[in-house]
Amino acid sequence: MLPFFVILAIAFGRVDPIFLTPSPVYNPLRWDAGPFGDVLSQIFTSGSVYQSDFLHTLAFVFAATALCLAIGYPVAYFIARHAGRFRTLFLVAFIAPFWISYMMRMLAWINLLQPNGYVNRILGGLGLANTQAPIQWLNGKPLTVILGLTYGYVPYMILPLFGVLDRIPSSTLEAARDLGAGQVTTFLRVTLPLSGQGILAGIVIVSLPMFGDYFTQTLLAGTRNTAMIGNLIVSSIQSSLVQTGASLVLILLALLILPMLYYLRATAKATELVAR
Amino acid sequence: MRRGVLAWLSNPWARARFLWAVAIAYVAWTLLPVVVAVLFSFNGTRSLTSWQGFSTQWYAGNESSVWQDPTLRSALVQSLKLAGLTVLIAVPFGVGFSLALDRWRGRASGTTNFLMLFSFITPEVAIGVALFLFFVQLASGVGTGFTAQVLGLSMYMLAYPVIIVRARLLSIGTEYEEAAMDLGASPTQALRRVLLPLLFPAIFASVAIVFAASIDNFVISQQLSRDASTQTIPILIYSAARRGPLPSLNALASLTLLASTALIVVAAVVYRRFTRAERRAA
Repeated sequence: MLPFFVILAIAFGRVDPIFLTPSPVYNPLRWDAGPFGDVLSQIFTSGSVYQSDFLHTLAFVFAATALCLAIGYPVAYFIARHAGRFRTLFLVAFIAPFWISYMMRMLAWINLLQPNGYVNRILGGLGLANTQAPIQWLNGKPLTVILGLTYGYVPYMILPLFGVLDRIPSSTLEAARDLGAGQVTTFLRVTLPLSGQGILAGIVIVSLPMFGDYFTQTLLAGTRNTAMIGNLIVSSIQSSLVQTGASLVLILLALLILPMLYYLRATAKATELVAR
Repeated sequence: MRRGVLAWLSNPWARARFLWAVAIAYVAWTLLPVVVAVLFSFNGTRSLTSWQGFSTQWYAGNESSVWQDPTLRSALVQSLKLAGLTVLIAVPFGVGFSLALDRWRGRASGTTNFLMLFSFITPEVAIGVALFLFFVQLASGVGTGFTAQVLGLSMYMLAYPVIIVRARLLSIGTEYEEAAMDLGASPTQALRRVLLPLLFPAIFASVAIVFAASIDNFVISQQLSRDASTQTIPILIYSAARRGPLPSLNALASLTLLASTALIVVAAVVYRRFTRAERRAA
């Protein structure tokens, strides 16, 4: 009985938003696609609020994911190959953000990024910023949102990358070197292709939650010109535009279904390998 | 030591020094802001940007400290209650669920496994909105509020114990249970006296992870929150962080950090101790 209850509950939880409009229609034959189509056409209307929010989201997620990869790869590579006896220490240090509350980590940055906070003071001390007119980091700067997202999600990128890089046997790399490949060639033609799965998994794991993120934006910017899909969903629901909110959730899920299925398939394959 | 330095310098991987710098910069970048935030919870004045001496007034003593401010105190109590109840519901259900999945195998098992993972990778806002609509429209008897928070979070957190306990079940295998039953134990006895003790480390780890994750959960608790009385710590930080907060907010966040760190450390130690004998045997 127990699993059935949970399957039902999960199915309900996930399927609900489609039918649950202020007056829910549970019979699929009597569904009205009208309101959903309206939301969809809004997104394709250039200059609409919906479209600009979708474009912000795509741009922010793309930039933050790229940054996560650029930061995460060298760090994961280092821990897998060079950390030596400090390996455990570094592992603990990079797992730490997982149990430090996301809100606490954002709060920490809000303190640092205040007009008279440490970031501006350090920049001013280095002569990189004008101390008379401090940089307003928290007044709707897209850069702050992108860096905030990167800071929030980069540990999730490192984990799968470390997983694949750690599994590349050093004998393979030595073989490449013995056969005359230089360091750069070894990296480009052996390490990088072998870590392809990890890079893909990392990109998926990092970008999926970013697409639904709304709190980072509210905390670090909070202005209309940096709003993301998540903000649109939450504000629709809170202002009783439940149907719009539900349609947006569906559109978001439709957008993400392919990477989600890819990730599930990859995980299932990995589990099969372990079970064998 | 000398040899260590020489080996390091003559490292054939010449980029190692560059990588060391990157890794240390990374650790500093991830952890220093949090360290600074914790430090400022001990600040002598109301400022969050300049350090003015050590004091514990933001934990207790000041009228707007965690201990005395009714909003902060209620958020602390509410978070602990929510996390505690979520553990009490999600872990037993999760253990039962993973036992059932382990016995069934076959199609249904594969499907449920798929669904479990699905809830992990779906953007949380979609789950939060789905649960909100579920409790408001379909299960309108429950409505939003503490009950909905506990139920919704338990559903969401169920995946952790299922994944952890299933991994442990796979590594235990069926031999011990079968041996117990060959020696005359009934299936219930075998479960209670053989399998459950063997599962203890996994159950304990699940408790720790579910508690830490529930105390830090924001999206689902926020979507299902009704009013100020169901505000948890992350919701409070979210709503107060940009409105000129006091160091007491940092103090509250530091307390959560302390609680989840302590819990994770204890869980890691217990897990290692209980599986040490097995690792030695293997």
